[in-house]
Amino acid sequence: MSEQMTIRVTINGKAYERTVEPRLLLSDFLRHECDLTGTHVGCEHGVCGACTVLFDGLPVRSCLMFAVQAHGHEVTTVEGLAPEAPERLHPLQEAFWEAHGLQCGFCTPGFLMTLVPFLEQNPNPSDEEIREAIAGNLCRCTGYQHIVSAVKLAAAKMHPDPSLRETR
Amino acid sequence: MKPAPFKYHAPTTVDEVVGLLAEHGYDAKILAGGQSLIPTMNFRLAQPAVLIDINAVSELAYIKSNGDGGLRVGALARHAEAEHSRLVAEVAPLVHATMPLIAHPQIRNRGTLCGSLAHADPASELPAVLVALQGRVRASRQGGSRWIAAEEFFQGIFTTALEPDELLAEAAFPPLPSRSGWAIQEVARRHGDFALAGAVAVVQVDEGGTCTAARLVFFGVGEGPVLARQAGAALVGAEPTEQRIADAAALAANNDVPTPHEDIHASSAYRRHLVEVLGRRALSQAFARATAEER
Repeated sequence: MSEQMTIRVTINGKAYERTVEPRLLLSDFLRHECDLTGTHVGCEHGVCGACTVLFDGLPVRSCLMFAVQAHGHEVTTVEGLAPEAPERLHPLQEAFWEAHGLQCGFCTPGFLMTLVPFLEQNPNPSDEEIREAIAGNLCRCTGYQHIVSAVKLAAAKMHPDPSLRETR
Repeated sequence: MKPAPFKYHAPTTVDEVVGLLAEHGYDAKILAGGQSLIPTMNFRLAQPAVLIDINAVSELAYIKSNGDGGLRVGALARHAEAEHSRLVAEVAPLVHATMPLIAHPQIRNRGTLCGSLAHADPASELPAVLVALQGRVRASRQGGSRWIAAEEFFQGIFTTALEPDELLAEAAFPPLPSRSGWAIQEVARRHGDFALAGAVAVVQVDEGGTCTAARLVFFGVGEGPVLARQAGAALVGAEPTEQRIADAAALAANNDVPTPHEDIHASSAYRRHLVEVLGRRALSQAFARATAEER
């Protein structure tokens, strides 16, 4: 075993201190060291998007970062979206549920973590903007139609002012 | 798969970085955005013994205007920063227009412009943009640094003029002269995928509308950015009519570009077809911009 490093990372507002090898990927750190298994690991080379988390507020691939690079930084995982789940979900999660934005659910955490900051920046996205936003996330079940519908539904839920959204 | 073990360094100054490079040389890799390096490490195609993480080197995190009116981009400037930068949009519109073509938003939040250049993937956009604009990069090593012109920098597949003890510290994109135009065109299987082929054009016309300079560069079809010299030369000195542009693009496809490779996504013949079509579109758009611009 190679050298170990002690790192401190804030995940979903909670401080975690662990001693890890530098080669440990952030995705594996979240799952195996912090027991946050909501972050899924698909391709491990940055194509599928299943492992997307927020790093200092921005969506990134957690399989394309080392855990040691997160030392002193903030990470938000899908568990951080709805601390009161399953009683209360994030509006985007509700919308995925209601609009059938998932089937097997494997890709869903990555879609959610990509789309939450997207909807904050773009409260009333067009279909084209949504499709561009999710271009880096693969889903093998839905054909993406229901995901696009879910995002539009979430936009309406999160910004109920009708002047902010086009007629549906 | 998981990366092989390595020794991890996280220096905070360029002096420390070049010191570590001097010490470790071939055994070391620079980790900036990591969006190309970490996948190759996950597959164990790369097993560097030492990683030098430059993410804490704040002196490399900049995008600023150059004295000549162009753009200077430090080794830690990320694609997403350039994509959302008003300065880049004003000073280097071609660079700005290129950003959304590079991978996906999640990748652009980490990936760096200088990392794309240093990685020198033949299918990536930025090396072709740097060659088209006649930009250059600054390589730093212990005790000094040197500027390398884009055409000398890219030497082949994943191969550059960078020495093992050198850091690609910054890239400089020169300003566009007056009455010039630019365009980038590509075809990819899905938005954000590596392009099957792409073309970058940077052209200039005089007051009468005669072409005075034309640089057409292709990516995804050779061992690096391919500068179409014959196509460019054929355009200079004449009015860029639709026919001349089409002829130049055909010349690029048949003479300038070596036989493109074949893979599961596209045959060699299809890539050559794309060279002609995308070359024509890029030239047309660039000349339209050049003639529209009145200064």
